[in-house]
Amino acid sequence: MSTNFNILIIGVGGQGIGLLSEALIRAAHYAKISAKGVDTHGLAQRGGTVTSQIRLGSKAFSPLIQEGSADIVIALERHEALRGMNTYLKNGGDLVFYDAVWQALDVRMRQTEEINTKTIEAECKRREISYHRVFKDDLKNSKMQNVVVLGYISKHKLIPGISKENYLQAIKDLLKGDLLEENLKVFEQ
Amino acid sequence: MKRLAEILLSKDKTQEIMMGNWGLVRAMIEANVRVVTSYPGSPTPEIATAIAQIPHEDRPFYFEFSVNEKVATEVAFGASINGHLSCVFFKSVGLNVAADSLIQLGLMELIGGMVIILGDDPGANSSQNEQDNRHFAKMSYIPIFEPSSPTEAYQMFKEAAKISQEKKMPVFLRLTTHVCHYKELIEFEAWNKLEFDPSPKFDPDNGPYIPITSAVFPMKRKALKKLSEFAEYADKSSLNFVNDNSNKDIGIITMGLPYYSLLDVMEEMKVKADILKLGIVYPLPQEKIIDFLRSHKEVKILEELDDLVERDVKMIAFDNKIDVKITGKNDLLDWENEYTPDKVKEVLRKQWSSFFAPAQAEDKQKPLLNPRPAQMCPGCGHRSAFHAIRKAIDKDTITVGDIGCHTLGFLPPYRIGQALLSMGHSNGTAAGLSLFNNKRKVVSFLGDSTFFHAGLPGIINALFNNHNHTLIIMENGTTAMTGHQDHPAVGKNFNEVSEKIPILDMLKGMGITNVRSVDTYQQAKLTEAVKEAVAEEGFSVVIAKHPCMLKFTRELAKKKIGNPPKVQVTAKCNRTYECISEFACPSYQINPDGSVWVQEDLCIGDGSCKQTCPSLAIESKAKEEK
Repeated sequence: MSTNFNILIIGVGGQGIGLLSEALIRAAHYAKISAKGVDTHGLAQRGGTVTSQIRLGSKAFSPLIQEGSADIVIALERHEALRGMNTYLKNGGDLVFYDAVWQALDVRMRQTEEINTKTIEAECKRREISYHRVFKDDLKNSKMQNVVVLGYISKHKLIPGISKENYLQAIKDLLKGDLLEENLKVFEQ
Repeated sequence: MKRLAEILLSKDKTQEIMMGNWGLVRAMIEANVRVVTSYPGSPTPEIATAIAQIPHEDRPFYFEFSVNEKVATEVAFGASINGHLSCVFFKSVGLNVAADSLIQLGLMELIGGMVIILGDDPGANSSQNEQDNRHFAKMSYIPIFEPSSPTEAYQMFKEAAKISQEKKMPVFLRLTTHVCHYKELIEFEAWNKLEFDPSPKFDPDNGPYIPITSAVFPMKRKALKKLSEFAEYADKSSLNFVNDNSNKDIGIITMGLPYYSLLDVMEEMKVKADILKLGIVYPLPQEKIIDFLRSHKEVKILEELDDLVERDVKMIAFDNKIDVKITGKNDLLDWENEYTPDKVKEVLRKQWSSFFAPAQAEDKQKPLLNPRPAQMCPGCGHRSAFHAIRKAIDKDTITVGDIGCHTLGFLPPYRIGQALLSMGHSNGTAAGLSLFNNKRKVVSFLGDSTFFHAGLPGIINALFNNHNHTLIIMENGTTAMTGHQDHPAVGKNFNEVSEKIPILDMLKGMGITNVRSVDTYQQAKLTEAVKEAVAEEGFSVVIAKHPCMLKFTRELAKKKIGNPPKVQVTAKCNRTYECISEFACPSYQINPDGSVWVQEDLCIGDGSCKQTCPSLAIESKAKEEK
């Protein structure tokens, strides 16, 4: 088990979890690491919580990870960051999240309060989790928040054994033309 | 960018990372399948997404989305008895729709061969139940292959096609949700493209194909004979294999994705059991099971959903007088939900608590968070519809939902659609609710794809038997929930332009005169139309129409056309929160001070919200500001 590396990607339907997950699996493959993954589809596409699970390593059998066993949680929304951390992240792991806020109905209807970053930071401290908040003020296209996060993961080498070249190769597998150019620019920043 | 079509059509050996659903398409191509049919339903529609990536003229087989699973099955059947290898795929509950014809297939001499791909849904990720379709295999005498991974799905499809052609019998390939969507590197064989013989091979003498009265018995006998021949094949097949951990005491029989869950969980177990992994789950490989039972003192059946294998294995042990302790399900919880690694751990811990380290105490200091349920998209026409309809109906009106995105109307704050059975049930159910009922109005809902799929009989029944309720057809111009497949009212099928079959004209053709059709963005008008319709005696219909905005905005983006300017909340806001609490577009968010802001990542600038604000505080931004 110690040789495996488990990744949970979490966000809200419509945030581009699929592309991020696909890029990570492909990058691992280019790094010659055995990789498998699975997205949750179905109803959740419509604005509900969406996750994608990825497992790296030859001793990872199921594509589904166990609760409390993710080495890293990658979130594209603040509330989902906390959810991913609560359910799957192990103590001592990494939390990297894009600090977008898409309030769920309970927050919007003032039944519960919006989660603030202080809560997440304190919780990370309590559980010895490395806290990585990602936010880009001048991002023109919010659809690229996923690639901003991927760039951050690459730059800080948050997934062992995967290099920047591997990520670039993966992105080039998945996109073309202007969209590829724009995403590469965002990735490099 | 890698092109999926090139990979799927490669003549040479190749490899690629892809989900099980996509790998199946390569398997179809390698198996030289000629006809493929389906009705969209999660977890299988991505099979068609991959097919759509291959340009029509390069597609080595015919594909169609039929109007429902039953018709899809019949098209595949017709192709097969004409000599073409065919395949039909659909979701778990799709089998219920297909059943009336599908149940007959075992009796038929399928000269071309036919593979039925089932997407079962343990965990009910996107279905109204988690029915275990292995029961159906028993009832219809159709064998089942059950892969655990995309690689196995790809291999087993080809094997299923081969054996189906040889034995001229139908074969099931049963995948579960997370096998369909599981991504891994699949190594593909070369594609040996066969020259295709297009001559129609149908001959009644190949049959018989008419199962009436006494003709049924020889046909049934033939089906049972084929099944018993298949059982001999299953016993020899390497798809059923043993992981030998040299454990003389304990063995586990399992199959499907739970096999991998077990391998993960065994890494933490103090005892490594032997495993018999079944790739063919019906009929069972008798001899292999007898050997496995004889060589262990205790055998556990680790089986997701129902206890079919458990019962059969116990029967085998009884018939063969094998002295072995066999355990299966321990309690009702073992019958439910997907057998993920977490679930398998829970199931096995109940059996052998001493094999595990003590469970860790729950960390109770974690900050709480409510679940985030699915919701309708920003700009969704259904939201405007529900908002308007709520104003038109009494509090005690009974609303009957149906399957589709509009099912989500049952959630707060709308709470419209209070009972649900299946695709197209709503008008039958509503008719029943209207009997002996002079007090409460009944309103049923139906999507447009579902209208054609299974909705028509309920509508015609309402007319035929003079029922008293109002139907609201939620027409969004697509099969939205499963990924925007076209339906008969669109004017386009999977392959080409087709004649539009307009719903309004159909209703009028049936003689329904009191039909009102309103664009849902005209909320006041829709409220009025529903009020009028509900007040009428008898069966009345309102078409609440607006194109699916998710599809629409994606099409705009493809054409590089931006959305209209987003909306903003101006100083006129009186904090009545109609936009948030009643209309509930997810774009509206709230600040700690109680002020409302628009999340621009979500807003598509549709402006359907403006009319809902009593203070007229919602305005579009000026163009240059967007």
